[in-house]
Amino acid sequence: MSRPLASGAALGAAFGMAVGAAAFASALTGALAAVDGARPAPAAPGRAARALTPSQDGVLTVFAAASLTEAFGEAGTAFERRHSGIRVRLSFGGSQQLAAQLRLGAEADLFASADDRAMAVVRRAGLLADAPAVFARNRLVVITPASNPGRVERLADLARPGVKLVLAADAVPAGRYAREVLDRLSRAPGFDPDFRRRVLRNLVSEEENVRAVVGKVRLGEADAGIVYRSDLSAAPPGEIRVLEIPDRYNVVAAYPIARLRGSPRGALAAAFVRFLLSGEGQAVLERHGFLPGDAGAPAQRGATSGAAPRAAQRGATSGAASR
Amino acid sequence: MRRPRGFTLALAAALAGLVALLGLPLLSLLLRVRIPDLAARLQQPAVLDALRLSLVTSTLATALVVALGLPVAYLLAGPSFRGKTALETLVQLPMVLPPTVAGFVLLLAFGRQGALGPLLAKLGLTLPFTTAAVVVAQAFMSAPFFISTAAAGLREVERRYLDAAATLRATPGRIFRRVMLPLALPALAAGAVMSWARALGEFGATITFAGNLPGVTQTMPLAVYLALQSDLDAALALSVILVLVSLGVLVLLRTARLRPIAPPAPAPPPPAPPLPGDRPALRALGDAP
Repeated sequence: MSRPLASGAALGAAFGMAVGAAAFASALTGALAAVDGARPAPAAPGRAARALTPSQDGVLTVFAAASLTEAFGEAGTAFERRHSGIRVRLSFGGSQQLAAQLRLGAEADLFASADDRAMAVVRRAGLLADAPAVFARNRLVVITPASNPGRVERLADLARPGVKLVLAADAVPAGRYAREVLDRLSRAPGFDPDFRRRVLRNLVSEEENVRAVVGKVRLGEADAGIVYRSDLSAAPPGEIRVLEIPDRYNVVAAYPIARLRGSPRGALAAAFVRFLLSGEGQAVLERHGFLPGDAGAPAQRGATSGAAPRAAQRGATSGAASR
Repeated sequence: MRRPRGFTLALAAALAGLVALLGLPLLSLLLRVRIPDLAARLQQPAVLDALRLSLVTSTLATALVVALGLPVAYLLAGPSFRGKTALETLVQLPMVLPPTVAGFVLLLAFGRQGALGPLLAKLGLTLPFTTAAVVVAQAFMSAPFFISTAAAGLREVERRYLDAAATLRATPGRIFRRVMLPLALPALAAGAVMSWARALGEFGATITFAGNLPGVTQTMPLAVYLALQSDLDAALALSVILVLVSLGVLVLLRTARLRPIAPPAPAPPPPAPPLPGDRPALRALGDAP
């Protein structure tokens, strides 16, 4: 070959195109099989996909909000102990992300969301087998790194210019709740109406799930973040400090769970929901910082803020001492 | 040259497979978008922000990669030295590292609490959550693409030209600038294009190290990813815009048709007796491909 370099540019361009396209196309999940939102999701793509994978009747697949990572991990293990031969497979992510995946044809038996909006997306796509049940509730807290580089001592400090605040993106339940809390604080005595706007000016990053917010704070990159109280049990006590948000300005996040249509494991899925709502399941959730759900009753949709059942809250979870 | 039929069939099958793999997703994307929707989105400030950010950061990242990578490629194209293999492996590392892991280790090194954090802070620099961090993340992930290609291109330059220049008392720097660089230009350009394309598509390291903030760190891939989770139509439009922009730049570069640049000869050299086994390499310099 006399001139290998002459076609280098062409090859490079072609390869470069492929590399560049592949790098971002990995975020495009299944455009070909995208579900048309106007009609209910056909079960056919799911069944066809199932034909390619070996039958897994003993595996319960649960899509769960990122904030449920440890709690569902423990609940899943406990459930497996009760039902021998059954495996619980958990997939965690931002609720909005999981809802999008389900819409695009991902297969699961159960969907546990951190808010009713993501659940509504799945419901509108015709994917729910029954009405959701609220199995847990949650509240928000402000966290800072242990070293508190931003010197955030009070809630009002969040508005101080130069503070690096990290929140979940608006589409993420935790992000929406956080902005709602800022809204309420803006109308509280002692805070000026401009509070929310000034705080959001300090926003340096919008994460795609609440655990990414926790991560940035733990790493000391962010000065402050707003996350769920239950996330505290996932972070080692020495790494973060907690600023409490007074109940009357806080939101109560209601977590709905529902069985998904097309799952051949409907009875097993229903059993898992019953387990979560039972005394043992609720105890697991409470240990991880969650508030009680609606034990044994179907969900009241839309009840995400304001008056919540005044359930007895346990004392501060480990590492939650606010200084 | 007539290819045997079996060989042709194998080629055709592979070609069909690859075109299907790469082409079908692209085609389905372009077929699903609606033009008026596309035009409307192109005017949204959030979209323009992301596009501008993507183009600016990927260009800066490529410039950084070329500036730092060319000397390294020169070293790797030359004779062996102690530690050369280690250097080669180091250069390849970002290519095999999962992007999110790369973002994480970048934080561990250059983050506020990272290894170099305090030093950077003394200089008044914090990287995370800045546009500069986007450039760093992109440069980190795309460097191997340029360096490997550039080193291979520089290696291809025939030794006889380098030797000839040396006998004419040219310094190594001069040899590099006036002989190696012009002859290896197509390979260097190809490497730079590959690097730029990889930088443009960079996502995992960016969102982990630089964060995600519209106008500051939210590049197009990040915008697409977030739009996927809440607004599929927006994701569709953003994806098409990104693909069209990428394709446009690549086509532009392709039509530039870079060739090895021959040094201008003031007078034709006297015809030298051909050496045994010699190929007419001198003639090749002026030929059109």
